[in-house]
Amino acid sequence: MRLLITTIIFGVLILGAIVELLRRRRLREKYAALWLFTGFLVIVLSLFPGGLDKSAGYVGMASGVSLVLFLSVVFLLIIAMHLSWEVSQLEEETRSISEEIALLRMELERSQPAANIPRARRRDDPTDPSS
Amino acid sequence: MRVLVVIPAWNEEASIATVVHEVRSALPGVDVLVVDDGSTDKTVQRAREAGAVVAHLPYNLGVGGAMRLGFRYAVERDYDTVLQIDADGQHDPAFAPQLLERIEAGADLVIGARFAGVGEYPARGPRRWAMTVLSKSLSRLAGTRLTDTTSGMRATSRPLVELFARHYPMDYLGDTVETLAMAARRGFRIEQVPVAMRVRETGKPSHAVGMATVYLGRAFVVLVLALIRR
Repeated sequence: MRLLITTIIFGVLILGAIVELLRRRRLREKYAALWLFTGFLVIVLSLFPGGLDKSAGYVGMASGVSLVLFLSVVFLLIIAMHLSWEVSQLEEETRSISEEIALLRMELERSQPAANIPRARRRDDPTDPSS
Repeated sequence: MRVLVVIPAWNEEASIATVVHEVRSALPGVDVLVVDDGSTDKTVQRAREAGAVVAHLPYNLGVGGAMRLGFRYAVERDYDTVLQIDADGQHDPAFAPQLLERIEAGADLVIGARFAGVGEYPARGPRRWAMTVLSKSLSRLAGTRLTDTTSGMRATSRPLVELFARHYPMDYLGDTVETLAMAARRGFRIEQVPVAMRVRETGKPSHAVGMATVYLGRAFVVLVLALIRR
């Protein structure tokens, strides 16, 4: 019984955190669906712990714990892959944007040669005179 | 034929001016674009003073990133040929006209090969063996004998310039090995011209067996990916 309460509390906490993040527009819907589904699953499993062992039996696993571990690893792998994909996408986007900026700057310098257009500086740039 | 010389440069204030001057005297009247790859030194000023047009990337993207910007610029300004030269002065621009001649003769990608009989061999030992294996496989793919697949001196015809303006890999060896494979797969005509290479002033090439193995391994991953990519 105590285990049931612990798992339900965790399930509700996860679900609550996701909803809150969504409410504050900190999380895009495309990720939310995945996490909402996970939180929901945790709650259902904690309500019916017996169902887990039964479903484990269907896929040839001796115990429900093994099934949960297996599914969590698969789930985390998918998330890691998705994030790598997302990062590659973002890198390509920032790359295109920096190209665009460089081309625009050239255009600007060509049309206004006298204007002193400040160069983009990183905060850690040692040659930055303002730092 | 309108030629644009693209020089990707990252913190090369010591050599950039000389390279630009040499290019301009080897190819009079040709436009020179220095792509500053997020340098933190005086590369931009030195290149400008030497008479080059400078494109300034806001942060370091690597040679591949700098080159794609060069190709995009070439397409936008309607250049027919892009000639790439390294900013560290390891290539002698005096050989540039020979590369351009091959482009005029109908080649699509001409590589200035550093080990093809002219000048000294810069790589020895395991690293050179690794490069030989790589050259052999790429030669087979390109249908012509290539001896220096990682050379940073190359000329590209207009159809390839258009392709590279859209797709130019930024990853390690992507700008050399992968682009070669890309061009070969699409049936572009690849050639090489022997060029002399100067002694590198900074940095020493690695001779360790382990490093060479890692290098070869990475090169083959790049190569295989280039072959199966859409």
